[in-house]
Amino acid sequence: MANNTKGRRDFMGMALGGFTALGGIGALYAMKRTWDPLPSVKAAGFTTIDLSPAQENVLVTEKWRGKPIFILKQSKEMMAKVSEEAKKRLIEVDGAHYMVAVGLCTHLGCIPGYDPADESFLCACHGGMYDSTADVTKAPPPRGLDIPPFKIDGTKLVLGETGPEYEKMLADGTTLKV
Amino acid sequence: MAHFEKAKNLHEWMDQRLAIDTLKKVMQTEYWIPKNINFLWAMGMVLAATFGILLVSGIFLLMYYQPNVNTAFDSVNYTIMSEVGYGWLWRHVHGVGASVVFLIIYIHMFTGIYYGSYKKGRELIWLSGMGLFVAFSAEAFSGYMLPWGQMSYWAGMVITNLFSGGSLHADGLVEWIRGDYVPGQAFLNRFFMLHVLLIPLAIIGLIVLHFGTLRIPHVNNQDGEEFDFAEAAELYKAGKVKESKVIPFSPVFLSKDVLVMGVYFIIFFYLVFYHFEFAMDPVNFDPANGLKTPTHIYPEWYFLWSYEILRPFSTNVGLIAFAIAQVIFFTLPFLDRSPNVAPASRRGAFKFWFWALLIDMIVLTFMGKLPPQGIWSTVGLVAALTFMGLWIILPIITSKEKKL
Repeated sequence: MANNTKGRRDFMGMALGGFTALGGIGALYAMKRTWDPLPSVKAAGFTTIDLSPAQENVLVTEKWRGKPIFILKQSKEMMAKVSEEAKKRLIEVDGAHYMVAVGLCTHLGCIPGYDPADESFLCACHGGMYDSTADVTKAPPPRGLDIPPFKIDGTKLVLGETGPEYEKMLADGTTLKV
Repeated sequence: MAHFEKAKNLHEWMDQRLAIDTLKKVMQTEYWIPKNINFLWAMGMVLAATFGILLVSGIFLLMYYQPNVNTAFDSVNYTIMSEVGYGWLWRHVHGVGASVVFLIIYIHMFTGIYYGSYKKGRELIWLSGMGLFVAFSAEAFSGYMLPWGQMSYWAGMVITNLFSGGSLHADGLVEWIRGDYVPGQAFLNRFFMLHVLLIPLAIIGLIVLHFGTLRIPHVNNQDGEEFDFAEAAELYKAGKVKESKVIPFSPVFLSKDVLVMGVYFIIFFYLVFYHFEFAMDPVNFDPANGLKTPTHIYPEWYFLWSYEILRPFSTNVGLIAFAIAQVIFFTLPFLDRSPNVAPASRRGAFKFWFWALLIDMIVLTFMGKLPPQGIWSTVGLVAALTFMGLWIILPIITSKEKKL
């Protein structure tokens, strides 16, 4: 009799515990999903930029997903200076080369400033530096500025969409997925 | 139904239902505190009082603050500061309180380290206290987001980016924390929730735990002396107040606390009324702008030492060093291998370790405020390495310590 009672209580305890744990896991999942970015936030992630008005060695800053996007048209002299490796970072549109990158330092996300005379970027937060192709030249940043997903459409860039040129950059490790 | 006699007065009526006489004995008149202490033992109650002041001023700020990216800045800098009657008072009390509370926390912590108040049964006091330090840090950070100025935005950007884990590139985690690609409405709203509800609840719970952990091992004294509290209490209750080594928490110890609090609040309100600007960063009076970084980003003074441990290294090393610095104080009761509970001055090498740690953290704090250039970069690097080195040698020097 006593043993029988114990067995029944254990069963009820385990059943209660099991269902409570199940409900708890469900509640945790709901909490995680509540913290996720909203669909409207995700849907607003596309921006079209016209590259034709850009001038050589003049930094243009646009906005995509709330982040600054740097666009720098490269001059012939600038192109002569950069290595073949760094040229992979540039986007060729209509015969001209453009540096297009997310303007947030890859160290901790400050916005680097551009010095046209030195043709370099300096991040004032922790002293990181980048060249005119936004490749890193001085630590602490671990890598060059990230290139946003783009698709070339005539003289325009659609940021947020993935074109073949961007896929190639991802594949050969020129940039990381943003 | 339990049996109740008719009460003769309100006191008896309450006592029958709530046992208020027993409660008062347990919590106050027969909660024993050693006599052999100094003003540093008042910092706990000073902290409790400061938390109370932060809570009250926060409640009034909450009446007009708007957690919306378009209106937050003006609701603080215009509505609360110039429209609401005495709104400026709550804001300055809240801002100064948030800064000063960390000063007292650091004094409270270093008092505990100096007198060895984290050992031999007092480990949980230290651990729950460190839990409070982390909760207060999270509270300070989330509160710093709310005025939605330039420093709010960029501190939010930089600190949430820490969670990408350097080369781990956990950008998904960062976006999940923010609820957006960059700090935006979802970010402001959830940090508002954390600041006014979830973290304060955690803090209140941790304060109760912190007091609870103190009960059985009792408060430490200036000599780390071990004695029989029950025996000392009997002596006190028998009227031999002079011979006894203890005093009751209330009213005797508390009256000493109130004197220290009196001095503290004179200084506190002097700061609130005449020097509140030290707690108000001028850069944060520019509205948040996601397309412009302030030229020099630095945290409030109380986070500078750990920020400086992050700064001189490359991303991954810096992050690891920073993560270690955040949790290393939790390990103090376990890394200190010496059985001695005594002031640092009597503990040989530990005396030098204590002062080296204190001075090193002050140096780190100053370096964190200076731009990372030239000689200051080097000094910062040396101080950061010294901090790490001190924790590595702690178990070695304490295990060699002579037993007192």
